[in-house]
Amino acid sequence: MNAFLRYGLLAVLCARAVCAFGGSPSSVGDFLVTKSEAGRLGGKLIIAERSEPKTLNPVTALDAPSRDVIRRMTADLIRINRSTQLTEPALAISWTASADKRKYTLKLRRGIKFSDGHGFDADDVVFSFQVYLDEKVHSVQRDLLVIDGKPIAVAKLDQYTVQFELPKPYAAAERLFDSVAMLPRHLLEQSYKEGKLASAWGLDVPVSAIAGLGPFRLKEYVAGQRVVLERNPFYWKIDSKGTRLPYLDQIVFLFVPSEDAQVLRFEAGDTDILSRINAENFAVLLRDQQAHGFKLVDLGPGLEYNFLLFNSNDDTTGRLPDVARHQVWFREQKFRQAISEAIDRDAIVTLVYRGRATPLIAQVTPGNKLWSDASLPKPERSLAKAKDLLRSAGFRWKADGTLTDSTGQPVEFSILASASNPQRKQMATLIQADLKQVGINVQVVPMEFRAQLDRVIQTHDYDTAIMALGSGDVDPTAEMNVWLSTGGTHLWHLGAKQPASSWEAEIDRLMQAQETEIDPKKRKHDYDQVQQIVAAQMPIICLVSPNILVGAKTKLANFQPAILDHYTLWNADELFWRQ
Amino acid sequence: MTRARKIAVPLAALIAAHLLVVFAGFVAPYDVATQFREHPYAPPSPVHFLDGQGHIHFRPFVYAWKNNGNFAEYEEDTERVMPIRFFVRGDRYSMLHIFQSNVHLFGVEEPAHIFILGSDGYGRDQLSRLLFGGQISLFSGLLAAALSLALGLLCGSAGGYFGGVLDALLMRISEVFLALPWLYLLFAVRAFLPLRMSPVGTFLLLITIIGAVGWTRPARLVRGIVLSAKERNYVFAARGFGATEWYLLRRHVLPQTRGVLLTQAAILIPQFILAEVTLSFLGLGVAEPVPSWGNMLSTLQQYNVLSTYWWMIIPGLVLIPIFLSYYLLARSLEQQV
Repeated sequence: MNAFLRYGLLAVLCARAVCAFGGSPSSVGDFLVTKSEAGRLGGKLIIAERSEPKTLNPVTALDAPSRDVIRRMTADLIRINRSTQLTEPALAISWTASADKRKYTLKLRRGIKFSDGHGFDADDVVFSFQVYLDEKVHSVQRDLLVIDGKPIAVAKLDQYTVQFELPKPYAAAERLFDSVAMLPRHLLEQSYKEGKLASAWGLDVPVSAIAGLGPFRLKEYVAGQRVVLERNPFYWKIDSKGTRLPYLDQIVFLFVPSEDAQVLRFEAGDTDILSRINAENFAVLLRDQQAHGFKLVDLGPGLEYNFLLFNSNDDTTGRLPDVARHQVWFREQKFRQAISEAIDRDAIVTLVYRGRATPLIAQVTPGNKLWSDASLPKPERSLAKAKDLLRSAGFRWKADGTLTDSTGQPVEFSILASASNPQRKQMATLIQADLKQVGINVQVVPMEFRAQLDRVIQTHDYDTAIMALGSGDVDPTAEMNVWLSTGGTHLWHLGAKQPASSWEAEIDRLMQAQETEIDPKKRKHDYDQVQQIVAAQMPIICLVSPNILVGAKTKLANFQPAILDHYTLWNADELFWRQ
Repeated sequence: MTRARKIAVPLAALIAAHLLVVFAGFVAPYDVATQFREHPYAPPSPVHFLDGQGHIHFRPFVYAWKNNGNFAEYEEDTERVMPIRFFVRGDRYSMLHIFQSNVHLFGVEEPAHIFILGSDGYGRDQLSRLLFGGQISLFSGLLAAALSLALGLLCGSAGGYFGGVLDALLMRISEVFLALPWLYLLFAVRAFLPLRMSPVGTFLLLITIIGAVGWTRPARLVRGIVLSAKERNYVFAARGFGATEWYLLRRHVLPQTRGVLLTQAAILIPQFILAEVTLSFLGLGVAEPVPSWGNMLSTLQQYNVLSTYWWMIIPGLVLIPIFLSYYLLARSLEQQV
């Protein structure tokens, strides 16, 4: 499945990913009745975004700010509850799967309306999937909806029933529906037929021409300053007291370019929520959270994993002799293991993340409680082991302590790190000092992030790089693009036609097996094995997983931050201001 | 103050500063890359003469920093007096790449560390890094200024003395250089460089770029002086007596530019030091773990560092007396001229 390519890249780019928004389960009739605390209407919520959204079109939105805004205005059929990490009904009131797990029949809520008052039924669903699956539209979601090169088939059974047919059994089928926003056929069919759908719903869209099923709808967009959303009066959720959600009158997205500036605005009380901050800023805010009337929450490790990436691409021979010479070392399993042994992950945790991170040996973080393999050993630094491994792989030390390979060449390489990411630069500097102790001379090369990506993805002109990946969902299928040897985000060896080694072939087999396996125990067993292979072979050296750190004003009720994107606003419909 | 003293005082201060950084290996207690990871952002260690019991010690001493459990929060471990020892053995260093040693001016025994100016986020001694960083920052200014003055003298005197097409050409080129947005030029040049560059290579490159961009102003000033000098009567007289062009230039014209060149040097050096600091601050200078004042300051780009650890600003503060000395020197030289 060449799928997920763009999603994977996206995850690399912003270290966050796919998402939708939510509420709470238990549906009665057409409205969904939430279980969360019933609140009071009124007030507005102000939140800062790093940049302006590029578009308001759910079909083409790639960047995080666009998705943050769009997900507040749209809804999907089944959604993932960010807090429980399980699927729950959204626009679909219930669903059944056929015995062979290939056909899913979804019952839609009756009598619910788009934010412009127009009714929603199966025609909108069929239209939406037609749009997402249309190759000409180039939707972001298409990759998710194509399994084994074959698209999901959608059929309308009656006005409120739709059936989805999958090309083969798919373990995480229900989770596919999350982040596939339902589109209003009455507003978009015209532009779809004219082939202009991709350019519809730009930031200049008139308020009357855009509608969704989310808790909020567009009120105004002021270029360079803010996007304002207002309550959707037709929203399909009510609370236990019968009040129609959402509680908030408005959500205002301000554009504040840097994290430091966002922290200052939050500290000054200009914004109400801080969505994800680094540990240093968290520490600064923690000092005076009482006085300022906000609370900060450390949610523990998220899904993001930082790693040291070894260039294992095989198109470097002849073209990049320097890189190819170093790759001889990188291809040696014991060399990679030795590097891992020599790296002081605990120092990274304390010095870079102020203790708010967890050392990793494989890619699945402890934040992913359902899927991480608890039997894996905790990584411990051991210079002695590192030296033993190097010695047994034929490396020797010169009199001055410099490590040399079997041909007598001194071992030295460079680490690329994003110049705009202080954490990654710090990790590189720590690794540089760690490896110096086993005689390896490392050069840290801070580089503009685009330039770094270009080297890693396009030219393959690099030795090693520090990067981070984090999928939008806990399910292993979200990581397929990274771990399949043909995957689009298989960063250390891109564009491979077949697995480069027997263990990569084994990872391929296990990843494909878990994708179609229906028995959750067998799936877990398969994915555990993948983690064990990663921990032993170390195609990438996993370093740490940073904690998700967020903050909000104490008066904001129902604030339920989660480790899945969007960390704080996923239940925006339930948020309200306490008096 | 007499005129000579007005020059001598700032000059002596500058020479002292340069000597300090040249002998950084000896003066600094630690190697620039040594990370005391259990002591990130340790504040400057106070030097005591009086201990907790009220005893006076004739040998100054420090207390070890004891972490109180929170990140970068320390208190003095007053249980144990750690006397400062002089001429102690420590990390190896090489002086001017000529001789190697491991004797340091001062230090304390383990487990205490002496951080006269505090430590950075990796627990590296700020004083040691400041001194070694000065080697890059001060000398890049000095060498870049020498380069640009040499270029300026060459182009300015050639253009001014010979005039004509050569003059027009050189002056148009200098106008192009004046109009160049040099910061962006540096960004562009840095992007084309190979990944692996040794610190020495980066240093030389920085000097070349900064020096090559800055030659235009001295060139124009020199040209002006040469233009007026070559019209003087004694020059005509010498020419009448059969002096060669080279003799005239060397004997009568160029000596006139001496004052301008000296003043320009005193103005350009701090400017170029600042250029290096700016470049390193933006991450375009020498790479970790080699320090320069600019890359030491670059951690201040993080708001929390700026607001919490004041001693990280010291490399910026050090620039003030250095620049002031150069300014005083330039002014006195100007008056003398």
